[in-house]
Amino acid sequence: MSDHAIFARLRALLGTSGVERDADGLPCATPDTADALSLVCRLAHEEGWKIRIEGRGTWLPSDAPADLAVSSRGLDQVVSVSPADLVATVQAGATLDSVRRRLAEEGMWLALDPPGRPERSVGSIIATATAGPLRQGFGPVRDHVLGCTVATGDGRLVKAGGRVVKNVAGYDLTKLHVGGFGGFGIIAEVHLRLRALPRADVTLLARGPRDTLTSAARDLIAARLLPGALELLSPALAAEADWILAARFVGTDAAVQADVRRLSSLGELPWQPVPTDRTAAFWSMVSRGSLGGPITLRLGVLGDGIDDSIDLLSHDLDEGLVAAGAGAGMIRWTGNAPVEQLRAVRRAGAAREIPMTLERAPWALRRALGHFGAYREGVGQLVGRLRDSFDPRQCLSVALEAGND
Amino acid sequence: MKPELIEALGRIVGPRWLRHRRAELATYTMDGLPTRESYPGVVVMPKTAGEVCEVVRLLHLVDVPFVARGAGTGLSGGAVADPDAVLIALGRMNRILQVDPCRRRARVEPGVVNARLSEATAPHGLQYVPDPSSQAACTVGGNVAENAGGPHCLKYGVTTNHIVELEVVLPDGSTTRLGSRQGEPWGPDLVGLFVGSEGMFGIATEITVRLEPLPESVRTMLADFSTVRAASQAVSAIIAAGIVPAALEMMDRACVAAVEASIYAAGYPTDAAAVLLVELDGQTDAVEAEAKTVVSLLQERGARTVRSASTPADRARLWQGRKKAFGAMGRIAPDLAVQDAVVPRSALPDIMDRIEEIRLSYGLTISNVFHAGDGNLHPNISFDRRDPNVAGRVHDACRDIMAACVAAGGSITGEHGVGSDKIDYMPSIFDAETLGAMRAVRRVFDPAERANPGKVIPLHACREWRAARGVR
Repeated sequence: MSDHAIFARLRALLGTSGVERDADGLPCATPDTADALSLVCRLAHEEGWKIRIEGRGTWLPSDAPADLAVSSRGLDQVVSVSPADLVATVQAGATLDSVRRRLAEEGMWLALDPPGRPERSVGSIIATATAGPLRQGFGPVRDHVLGCTVATGDGRLVKAGGRVVKNVAGYDLTKLHVGGFGGFGIIAEVHLRLRALPRADVTLLARGPRDTLTSAARDLIAARLLPGALELLSPALAAEADWILAARFVGTDAAVQADVRRLSSLGELPWQPVPTDRTAAFWSMVSRGSLGGPITLRLGVLGDGIDDSIDLLSHDLDEGLVAAGAGAGMIRWTGNAPVEQLRAVRRAGAAREIPMTLERAPWALRRALGHFGAYREGVGQLVGRLRDSFDPRQCLSVALEAGND
Repeated sequence: MKPELIEALGRIVGPRWLRHRRAELATYTMDGLPTRESYPGVVVMPKTAGEVCEVVRLLHLVDVPFVARGAGTGLSGGAVADPDAVLIALGRMNRILQVDPCRRRARVEPGVVNARLSEATAPHGLQYVPDPSSQAACTVGGNVAENAGGPHCLKYGVTTNHIVELEVVLPDGSTTRLGSRQGEPWGPDLVGLFVGSEGMFGIATEITVRLEPLPESVRTMLADFSTVRAASQAVSAIIAAGIVPAALEMMDRACVAAVEASIYAAGYPTDAAAVLLVELDGQTDAVEAEAKTVVSLLQERGARTVRSASTPADRARLWQGRKKAFGAMGRIAPDLAVQDAVVPRSALPDIMDRIEEIRLSYGLTISNVFHAGDGNLHPNISFDRRDPNVAGRVHDACRDIMAACVAAGGSITGEHGVGSDKIDYMPSIFDAETLGAMRAVRRVFDPAERANPGKVIPLHACREWRAARGVR
């Protein structure tokens, strides 16, 4: 079907304001309800059209080959915030920034600080499971999502999970969509787990050689300190001469003061507090650091493997922009590299039992490598069948594995 | 069950570890749910993952269903098998394979008893946090299947937040590993999908869990209130103050009365409408300071008395009544329907009023004990199932309680699972499309639907079934 015909069909479905042309001239649907989103998917499924999931276009490049794009810009509402229940319902296209501001008005907080810009959509953060430094104290993205409404590739609207903190009714389909890169459907709306806005939020920095900092980080964790974030930053990312270890303590005044006192008593490193009025800017700099190159990947690495894994990255790629959760089991690298070198990292990682996820890259690389790629035996088959069940005609243009269209 | 199959299963696990005579099977006819009883066709007790794999592969070849079972403490009928199915009892797979204190991980077999794991990690200053009330008996494998919770999940999360890697035997007998030791998946989050799948996606034969440091200091406080509403408001005030207690548990008057009349008497004030247990943990200085705040919040919200304990013995005494509440209720009547539902926390006072109305209208005894911090209720109905007049009332009261929780924006189960007990309520919270999607995911793991058949998903309510029958 011609491009014009697709445009016209979408207009008939969503009205003139619900379709536009994106920068490449591709018809771009901007549904403003979950139902409308599912109708677009249903139509694409019936016609066999490929869908590029665009979100707000602030994380993955909008370059997947497709017959139409679906943007979440029309789904940008914070539907409800229940401070007493510590739950918010948010549409996928709402920006992190707008959600944060709205929550702060109610004394609430979402303990997520993903890489990228504050205009990132909540849907993109969840679909790519890109947790930031706060993962150390508050867990990965999956721990913050109580439920979600998803339009499947064949246009069904599936409502997984719920709005309560504890819920074991039925299978936990939400987990499939958190970090599923849209391969199992397009997220329309999510229920998020909130916390009370922390009374105290203190960040301290230590500078020095990398191995000194990683060893100090391990000692800090072993001393049972409870940092909200404990992030090792490469000189390039921190725009400094040396590596930086950033410790962030969030919580009640009493808990934060206790941790800061304990930190000073460890005495290994000269810790310098970041002035309160510059804390937000510092962490925003860390988040934006991951946009300093066209490719971002993460490795699953525990504290004792961080040095080796950064060596591996430095050897196969370059030292680049590295942010490593010193206790949280993850290293994030941003930079540029040809596909062969990225393959080498994934192979070397797999040999060490280290999973590598391609979080952000141009389509050619995503297609060549896949977001995941190195499945264990039997897993690839399960993932393939799961995709078939959510997107039987493979309308969603998402490269979970290498070579997938 | 065909004799040839029984014989072949015996060859795999050894005849000593197979039960097929009716008297032997009686032990396995129920789990913790008193209202469902069924004799399995045969019970096998494998000792290794290899044996599980062989058993499941054989059952795949002969197209016979199976049900995995841990300690049988589940409360939703999930570990009960029909006569045409093989019950695979995993209690013999009870080895703690590795404790890695440096990386804060432990690798265990599914039959390891929950409390034993924390005992084994305590010398390293570490704990496995999820602590269901049955932790002295229930197994980690069963916890994975049900995504079990417990009082300390308010701060630390439920089972799914603590499982990083699984070795699983799929219903066709193949083995695969999901997740990674680090907690970062090798693909989509199949560990998250598997946990809580109630034994319908396969059998976990090896489980790697995340361990948390034992807190330096713990303070337990017990406050009593003259109304449930005041106690609920105290809970909200604590959370709004930015304090995340390790546990926030409430018991109502009936529950306190049952506890205090039993050998588990903990000195709870029997004239109180609600007793609230608040536990704080963390660094000593922080716990002391937060405890002061909590005490004043409790008093401001109308606590009549506040007791506080920080030594293990004193804390254990405050906790005893809560931990043994279900046991204490055994004195009231021979059977106890331990119900489980969730509401948004702000709906707690209203839902308690509604449960009281339901209790009165059916003339039943209901004691409430619940995880107030996360709105997870356990209205427990004491009854005697030999009384033909009571079973129907218990069923109807449960149905009404579930309906009230769903209407309040909650869920039909917070930690016990759906099993067979709650299957009829599933359409009240999930539409046909979503139930259909769940079934489709199940069929990815188990195309023939032989693993724990007949649980969780009411097939008649799934979209494809409705479409086929022209139901709207």
